[in-house]
Amino acid sequence: MSIFYFIAFLSILFAVLVISAKNPVHSILYLVLTFFTFTIQYILLNAQFVAIVNFIVYMGAILVLFLYTLMLINLNKNSEPMKTNLVKIAAVLGGGCLLVVVVAALKATGASDPVLFKDPNLGLVKNLGKVLFDEFLLPFEISSLLLLSAMVGAVLLATKDTKTA
Amino acid sequence: MESFFKTAQTVPLNHYILLSAIIFAIGVIGVLIRRNAIVIFMSIELMLNAVNLLLTAFSVYRGDATGQVFVFFIMALAAAEVAVGLAIIVMIYRNTNSIDINVLNRLKW
Repeated sequence: MSIFYFIAFLSILFAVLVISAKNPVHSILYLVLTFFTFTIQYILLNAQFVAIVNFIVYMGAILVLFLYTLMLINLNKNSEPMKTNLVKIAAVLGGGCLLVVVVAALKATGASDPVLFKDPNLGLVKNLGKVLFDEFLLPFEISSLLLLSAMVGAVLLATKDTKTA
Repeated sequence: MESFFKTAQTVPLNHYILLSAIIFAIGVIGVLIRRNAIVIFMSIELMLNAVNLLLTAFSVYRGDATGQVFVFFIMALAAAEVAVGLAIIVMIYRNTNSIDINVLNRLKW
């Protein structure tokens, strides 16, 4: 039980560090740690497929994409733009209000049951594969089209236009 | 291993919702306080992950695998979004030599 609260505390700590770090590279590294704590949460929930996909896709692919983009964009420390303190305080107040509303709505629902594993094999690849390729076959195929079009779009956007340049 | 998974079984569902709400709010604050386009993107990733965790917790709570399949689709969507978004950021940097979002105010009234 206490391991959940410890990992949750680490998630919140690293998430705050992501948005407060001055250097964008540090932000990305803290984001890696945040995603790692999420992976541990998934393992605690016995959602093995989601944990592995989170580990490979988020920490492996997406974060490397972020780092490469940051490498292409040659930022120096002095050019890091920051907002004024007034805007920062207003933003924190706005986000805090959102949190208060959600928590208040949560309080109104009263105490909840603990998260029990009704089916211990729920998050395994075998079980999820059956659901994915049976009920969700069409969305699965459409998501492959989405990824293809995203790839073509990204290549098209990021390449230099040789005719006009 | 069995006792390891027993530890998660005593956590109430409300605490998962609370954790996800806090991470989501941190993501919202991150979008509002930063001007670096890449950090804003990372804040959006934080928000997506908060929702993913909540969907997985609900899925386990209800004993329904659909929630975890949905998390899989959200991850595919996030990968596509990041690829296109970062390509746009690289293009913006090439045109304006900066990734400060305050430079991009030409559509502002």
